[in-house]
Amino acid sequence: MTDNTCIQGQAAALCIENLDTDQIMPKQFLRGIDKAGLKEGLLYDLRFDTQGQRRPDFILNQDAYAHASILIAGSNFGCGSSREHAVWGMQQYGIQAVVASSFAEIFHANAMNNRLLLITLPPEQVAQLMDDANDSANNSIDIDITAQSLRSRNVQASFELMPRHRRMFLEGLDSIGLSLSYQDEITDFASNHWTHQPWLRHVAATARRHL
Amino acid sequence: MTSRTLYRKLVDSHTVTWLDDENLLLFCDLHLMNEYTSPQAFAGLYEQGHEVPMPDQNVAVVSHIIPTHPTRVRIISDPASALQARNLKKNCDHFGIPLFDTNDALQGIEHVVAPELGLIRPGMVVICGDSHTTTYGALGALGFGIGTTDVEHVLATQTLVYKPAMDMRIRIDGTLPVGTTAKDLVLDVIGRIGAQGARGYAVEFCGTTIDALSVEARFTLCNMILEAGVRGALIAPDQKAIDYVTSRAPDIAEQYLDAALAAWDKLHSDTDAVFDIEHHFDASHVAPQVTWGTSPDQVVAIDGSIPALDTILDHSVRGSAARALAYTGLRAGSAIEGTAIQHVFIGSCTNGRIEDLRAAAGIVHGRQVAQGVRAMVVPGSGAVKRAAEAEGLDRIFTQAGFEWRNAGCSMCLAMNDDVLAAGVRCASTTNRNFEGRQGRGAITHLMSPAMAAAAAVSGHITDVRQLEVLS
Repeated sequence: MTDNTCIQGQAAALCIENLDTDQIMPKQFLRGIDKAGLKEGLLYDLRFDTQGQRRPDFILNQDAYAHASILIAGSNFGCGSSREHAVWGMQQYGIQAVVASSFAEIFHANAMNNRLLLITLPPEQVAQLMDDANDSANNSIDIDITAQSLRSRNVQASFELMPRHRRMFLEGLDSIGLSLSYQDEITDFASNHWTHQPWLRHVAATARRHL
Repeated sequence: MTSRTLYRKLVDSHTVTWLDDENLLLFCDLHLMNEYTSPQAFAGLYEQGHEVPMPDQNVAVVSHIIPTHPTRVRIISDPASALQARNLKKNCDHFGIPLFDTNDALQGIEHVVAPELGLIRPGMVVICGDSHTTTYGALGALGFGIGTTDVEHVLATQTLVYKPAMDMRIRIDGTLPVGTTAKDLVLDVIGRIGAQGARGYAVEFCGTTIDALSVEARFTLCNMILEAGVRGALIAPDQKAIDYVTSRAPDIAEQYLDAALAAWDKLHSDTDAVFDIEHHFDASHVAPQVTWGTSPDQVVAIDGSIPALDTILDHSVRGSAARALAYTGLRAGSAIEGTAIQHVFIGSCTNGRIEDLRAAAGIVHGRQVAQGVRAMVVPGSGAVKRAAEAEGLDRIFTQAGFEWRNAGCSMCLAMNDDVLAAGVRCASTTNRNFEGRQGRGAITHLMSPAMAAAAAVSGHITDVRQLEVLS
């Protein structure tokens, strides 16, 4: 891992509302049992035509945006399916951050769990960032995670991160390890929970045996 | 104790501990898995050397990838999909997790199988690597979808790091008119509040309309409202819900029943509980609904018109509508009724239950699938399939020219071999009309099972209320 505190890169505007994870990572790329090969699938139908040729009009296919690492996106980005493949594919492609006025909730959790930075800003600032991104000669963005600030040619913004998410980025929080440190509490909780509601215990195994 | 909503009660009763000001550790009673969002989670467990401490609170179903051709033994011919199924079995065997495998008689779509087999009980927290896990709110269980990293977290700890949502109440009163169903109701609600209208909220449904819905109709409602961005959808369990559960969960019936009934009796919002936002809708004016665009909120009543673009004031909403119409090949301002279709799909976790098949069969009976239309019924589970066959619904469908298939997710997300070609227009009972969802370039119109059946026999999108029931 290089520098965890700053992301600096070219931005590309993807001005589509409610861009769903079916489009971010189409179904044919969900057949693996590992995370490999998802770079190819990213936004596949938008990037390639039905003959598999690159669509020259799509922003990420233009030379000036070939190395874009920050997306400025429409609202409710990542809605639909819970498939985390969408996040893995974005990272494999080289996307490090997405800025939008809102994100779908499961996608947001998936992104943060993988340290793909999502930044929520008011719609007016997102619109300005899109304008800035569309000037391909001067569309660099600097993001400082420690300071929770973002700067483009015409926009200077600060953004909110949940303290837990900030730690994930800056320290590489091991979520499972941390939760396992509460193992005794979990065991005690379960024991008490099942004492009062024994019909909630072994539900899956019991049903499977009965059927 | 201060007044609480049903949602808060469920979160509180499953809080192991608070981790910080915003996040808590949520205990998960039941974790469902499928073959395509779990493999990388299991791989993570092996890599880190983690165990699954409570395997009996987890269950797996092969549902998204399997072929639905009407053969007795199902063989997954796609090598990558076959590997996913084998891999799921291997992982479940290794960790001792119960599985409903490809050729299990009880196999089906995870969200259809789990409640019908009595695995979902009021007061539970149920999670799954699938967004439509909100279905279980119909039984007073808090259900929601998670990604693969969280699947791994749950397997290793039986908990989830969870930030509670805000509370929304949607009260719906009035009688749903003849010819309309829970699917029309939920499409109408999504159309009103929008695809982001409930983002960040757990929704509780109440009102006389909800009271009158069957449990299966409530599944449809709680399943599909996910398309408004909800983080959970709840209906306080009533006698109908309790009867549904107790008739399917023989292990509760004896020594625990009284205690369970007493616990379930408390599963409702306190009368003076405060919601962050409330909506109130009248069901008596709801007409059969059909989507015209590529987002579930791009929906219109069958006797209505696709919106004219200049009536949409919001710039980005207008842009989305224009983009959607370019994809679906429809014209702004025109009627949706009469649009010719080439395919009909009846099934999915939204509308693949026995009541859905009965409703569709009621329209199909005595009629024939229109020339040039391919129509298929994919039951939501093996149990639904057998129940339908016992009632003779399969014969009604096949005599009309429908294909009667084996259970699975099939053409809802088209991850198996049921995929539509570009340009094919489909009347579908599924939950998503996204671009390319049923096949690249294919066009999906969401509607109720009865409306899909009406489209099948007429060859175009039609108002089911105009069709006389012939049977």
